[in-house]
Amino acid sequence: MKTLDKTTDEILQLAAKHFDVAPDKLCPDDDFFKKLGINSLQALDLLTRLEQHFHIELPDYELQGVSDFRTLAERIHARL
Amino acid sequence: MLDLDKYSSLGEALSAALDRWPDETCLIEADRDRENARLTYRQFKQAALPLASALQRAGLAEGTRVAVLMTNQSKWLIAAYAIFFCGGILVPLDYKLSADEQLKLLAHSRAEFLIIEYPIWRSITKSPAFGSIATRLVLVTEAPAGAELWGAQRWEDFLDVREPQFVPRRREDAACIVYSSGTGGRPKGCVLTHGNYLEQCKALTTWYPFWPGVRYLSILPTNHAIDFMVGFIGPFVCGACVVHLRTLRPEFVREAFVRYRITYVTLVPAIIKNLERGLRDKFDALSSWKRSMLHAMTAVNKRLTRKRANRKLSRMLLPAVHKAFGGELLALITGGAFIEPATLQFFYDLGIPVANGYGLTEACTVLTVNDLKPFRANTVGKPLPGVQLRILNPDPEGIGEVAARSDTIMSKYLDEPEMTAETIVDGWLITGDLGRIDANGHLQLFGRKKNMIVTEEGKNIYPEDIESAFDRVPVKEFCVFAANYLWPAHSMVGEQLVVVLRLNQGQPLTDEIVEKLSECNRRLVNYKRVHGYLVWDRDFPRTASMKIKRGELAEQIRAGARRDSVTPL
Repeated sequence: MKTLDKTTDEILQLAAKHFDVAPDKLCPDDDFFKKLGINSLQALDLLTRLEQHFHIELPDYELQGVSDFRTLAERIHARL
Repeated sequence: MLDLDKYSSLGEALSAALDRWPDETCLIEADRDRENARLTYRQFKQAALPLASALQRAGLAEGTRVAVLMTNQSKWLIAAYAIFFCGGILVPLDYKLSADEQLKLLAHSRAEFLIIEYPIWRSITKSPAFGSIATRLVLVTEAPAGAELWGAQRWEDFLDVREPQFVPRRREDAACIVYSSGTGGRPKGCVLTHGNYLEQCKALTTWYPFWPGVRYLSILPTNHAIDFMVGFIGPFVCGACVVHLRTLRPEFVREAFVRYRITYVTLVPAIIKNLERGLRDKFDALSSWKRSMLHAMTAVNKRLTRKRANRKLSRMLLPAVHKAFGGELLALITGGAFIEPATLQFFYDLGIPVANGYGLTEACTVLTVNDLKPFRANTVGKPLPGVQLRILNPDPEGIGEVAARSDTIMSKYLDEPEMTAETIVDGWLITGDLGRIDANGHLQLFGRKKNMIVTEEGKNIYPEDIESAFDRVPVKEFCVFAANYLWPAHSMVGEQLVVVLRLNQGQPLTDEIVEKLSECNRRLVNYKRVHGYLVWDRDFPRTASMKIKRGELAEQIRAGARRDSVTPL
């Protein structure tokens, strides 16, 4: 079973790779919309990538109001 | 469709619709490749009345304000109908706003009840402003078993099977309070009446009719004026069906077109442009022979539909394209922001008309729509039946500020008599947009007179709403403007924001200041970011209460600086 920290770290790595930014530029408390400069469509694209990686289904509505990596990691971790 | 002249309120018209088409499907709620719900009009009524009964017993009476905060799903429409049935006023709030913004609008609306999806509620409870919430009843949907509810009640536990009492409303009574903008500054709550909606629905369905068997794909948030009208009221009073998707991932949206043989869908310009890019990529990837065939068939279709759309012919000439959209798509509807004519033409040439229009929340939904007789990509269409347009103070080219008069114009802004008086003058809605009416009666837009921008995603951004983001920039004073407001560009595309800086006496513009500016800018979500900065060499004119006189400052800047003196950030 992964720890929450490990899940968070994997999400940061995947987001960095997906949007082509240096992994050390991203922190768990970052607002991913602001930090990555992405819109809601691009965020959905990232979620699809995360679903594939973690082998889970993540409903869009579960993520309403979620904009930081830490909370995103908590929601994903709860489904692992 | 129902004869809407016979009804006084949305509650009355919707009730009649539920009885008129009991066995027609009115709602499908899909989630990826599954279906969560499929309701007939009879089943919709059976689902809504127990909610209406419970709300009534909890104190919902005529004029009580009820906020709804949900993504597009069946319970959104069920809740809205139950509210109208009880004579309440619906306050649709945007689920895409931050929790702080949602709480701010909730407080401004003075909604006594809140109906909300559990994940959004959970997010709101984490906000520092949560303690100030003043609603007396919160109803949550989709709360997991055993979940913390923070004082809310579960939708499913709340229902009451006793018969509710229908509460009639008059046409002039408020039906909805819809926020058009102002999450950071002054909230602008448009008070729209039952009469506004009934007249809008009647006019819109004259040109774009619904009927039993039509399937409308609801993607644009239902709190938005357009989806509320064409994704709820319009289809329902015509016996049509609304399809909701619980996910907006592009791959599932594409599948939905085919699976549900969608008739209409509304998309914001940003999504339509994405769709165009996707199609162009696919066309480019075709073998040269297939690509040549496609281009030839498109050219034939373009020629044969020049005067009028002919969907049968287009589907015959370009079957693969139409099959990808489900084969029964009549039109893409767009609104909320300006869309480039080339994009409209691209789809029209493929035989997929885009019903391009122009409207404001203040005017209920739309004022003008392209009637496709013939299609014109360079206008936003003609005024709908019942809409009068006027161009105020036209210049020699006929371009001036657009004013509109119609039974669809809101009654007022909530709690803002001055703003209302500035916006509705002698019954005319002063839109703040610059336009011209051509010889064929089509409206063409050329920019904005007001200091605001609209993004391609249909978001209204008022510069004053984002100014606080730059509070920590160490300059004497600053002000944010829409670039097209400072330097009128006669254009509705490429709208940008500019921050104007006034430095302290003798203060140089250092790298640190620019870096701070960039840092503050990055903290804004991407669509709210300013494009660049301009250093201004005079103190800003201010009122006696020290507010910046924006209009006067804009005039000074217009006279003293050119647009190309803006330094990009």
